[in-house]
Amino acid sequence: MCAFTAARRLAQVSLREYSRRSSAVPRGAWQPAERSFTIGTQPLRSDSKVTVHFINRDGEKITVKASPGDSLLDVVINEDLDFDGFGACEGTLACSTCHLIFNEEVYKKLGPVTDEEMDMLDLAYGLTETSRLGCQICLTKSLEGLVARVPESVADIRQTKDGSA
Amino acid sequence: LGGSGKAFLSTSSCPKVCIVGSGPAGFYTAQHLIKDVEVDIYERLPVPFGLVRFGVAPDHPEVKNVINTFTQTAKHSRCSFYGNVNVGKDVTVGELQGAYHAVVLSYGAEGNRRMGVPGEDLPGVYSAKDFVGWYNGLPSCRELKPDLSCETAVILGQGNVALDVARILLSPLDILKKTDITQPALEALAESRVQKVLIVGRRGPMQVACTIKLREMVNLPGTRPEMVTADFEGVSEALKVPRPRKRLTELLLKTALDAPRDKELERRRNVAKVWGFRFFRSPTEILADPGRSRTAGIRLAVNRLEGSGDAARAVLTGEVEDVSCGLVISSIGYKSLPIDPVVPYDSRRAIVPNSVGRVHQAALYCSGWLKTGPTGVIATTMNNSFDTARSLLEDMDSGALDVSAAKPGSQAVSSLLEERVKPVAFSDWEKIDSLETRRGDACGKPREKLLSVEEMLKAAWS
Repeated sequence: MCAFTAARRLAQVSLREYSRRSSAVPRGAWQPAERSFTIGTQPLRSDSKVTVHFINRDGEKITVKASPGDSLLDVVINEDLDFDGFGACEGTLACSTCHLIFNEEVYKKLGPVTDEEMDMLDLAYGLTETSRLGCQICLTKSLEGLVARVPESVADIRQTKDGSA
Repeated sequence: LGGSGKAFLSTSSCPKVCIVGSGPAGFYTAQHLIKDVEVDIYERLPVPFGLVRFGVAPDHPEVKNVINTFTQTAKHSRCSFYGNVNVGKDVTVGELQGAYHAVVLSYGAEGNRRMGVPGEDLPGVYSAKDFVGWYNGLPSCRELKPDLSCETAVILGQGNVALDVARILLSPLDILKKTDITQPALEALAESRVQKVLIVGRRGPMQVACTIKLREMVNLPGTRPEMVTADFEGVSEALKVPRPRKRLTELLLKTALDAPRDKELERRRNVAKVWGFRFFRSPTEILADPGRSRTAGIRLAVNRLEGSGDAARAVLTGEVEDVSCGLVISSIGYKSLPIDPVVPYDSRRAIVPNSVGRVHQAALYCSGWLKTGPTGVIATTMNNSFDTARSLLEDMDSGALDVSAAKPGSQAVSSLLEERVKPVAFSDWEKIDSLETRRGDACGKPREKLLSVEEMLKAAWS
């Protein structure tokens, strides 16, 4: 792959690691344009949090609070949400397992999709027009209350009772 | 997940399952099972992770992040790893069935589909499985020593593995030397005279088996694409196909047909290495040099397409075309092999016949490529493995799988193995891992792999 892509991926990984350790961002830390950030320490007030709802594969709604700047993959990991196999490549755009589906209104607010994300999304099972990869969606206050559905990751082949490809 | 210590003895009431194979299939099956059962994973090599270690291309390190999840699973209190154990030779499937409530076969596809043409065994012809194994440090491929002294390489097959091989053959050394590609492979590629790589398929542009990973090839520094315009007649991304196929076709068309301008035109003028897809060609013979000592070319039959889309068929036209080349790499598919006569095996499809992972024999299951055939990325195998695990758990719940009687599990197997072979524990693998990482640090690579089983065992038991 080209050096730029590799550098960006490395930056994404190290940035994710950092955001997991603390929500504070030091001055001068390099940030990709689409992530929001604050300078200095986050005050521990609930109104700086963003409410996110996940609909899991059983149809159950799970509500959590997360920090602006966190990716939806970060949220799933930090809140220990038990979605089987979610985020296999740890947010490096090397798989499609953090596939999430949104409604039209929310999808439009999520911003443009890069070719790189689209390339991986193309491999996702049950791809829709309002699908995104959770590792690429960074929370902002304007996404307060967003609902993300975790789709099925494989066809239920129990109906056909045949295990061949 | 449980603590890292495994100090407590397992109670006889916990069901015990063993998994054969420690690649993605084995580990994802284990991940799903350890919530409810004790799992022992057996692996033939001293090192775990299968194709994640030996198949994924060196320049795709982020794909290997799944190893972190597998490591968590291996260190779970209900999971144990036994490396250096050859199931079928050191211990039979029958002996495993005696020791465990259920056996899951996840040993993948270590064989290779042959082209079945004259000259296939000439020096200069390799399977992609062996070539990939060679640059990724698979011990059995250590002596491959592929001859890279020719100008043209022909790859048969147009899937992602074919793209990986093309990319490694043409990647600038500067990129490769920072990866975990093996030192001998790096040295061989530094001496390589290969300048042109053709990636050949039986059918047309709309049937390529690769994914949009093709983009990496298009963007590969120091190379330019060169294809045959006529191959693209009638191909249009406007056809009603799902978005992934549409985007891939768009990229192919753009790469093959758009005339480069300005900076790109300038860049291509200064670049020596060339690659391209060639369509509607099937191998019929590998041609030797006059002394019949090495590959000098390949004879390709020319096809036409009947039908369209995935169901399109390649039909011979009677024409042939000879291409000069010194390196032929056949990338037409891996193949699962039977490891124990007691296990049913479908030699036509080269899989263990099953229904949703249940083998038609009591308490026997399969997951991964052994279950479905050798296609799909890691995420595909993950889902496939979770599915098998669900079948097993369902059978436990329904009583179809009898877990009422206590089974000895690894204690019985360890006794058997005492006379036969010494297993490598996960903590022993971690010594190998640590040594490889330290060696890599010394030369700016993520790791410098150990290349023989002997070296691995020495590090494991140091």
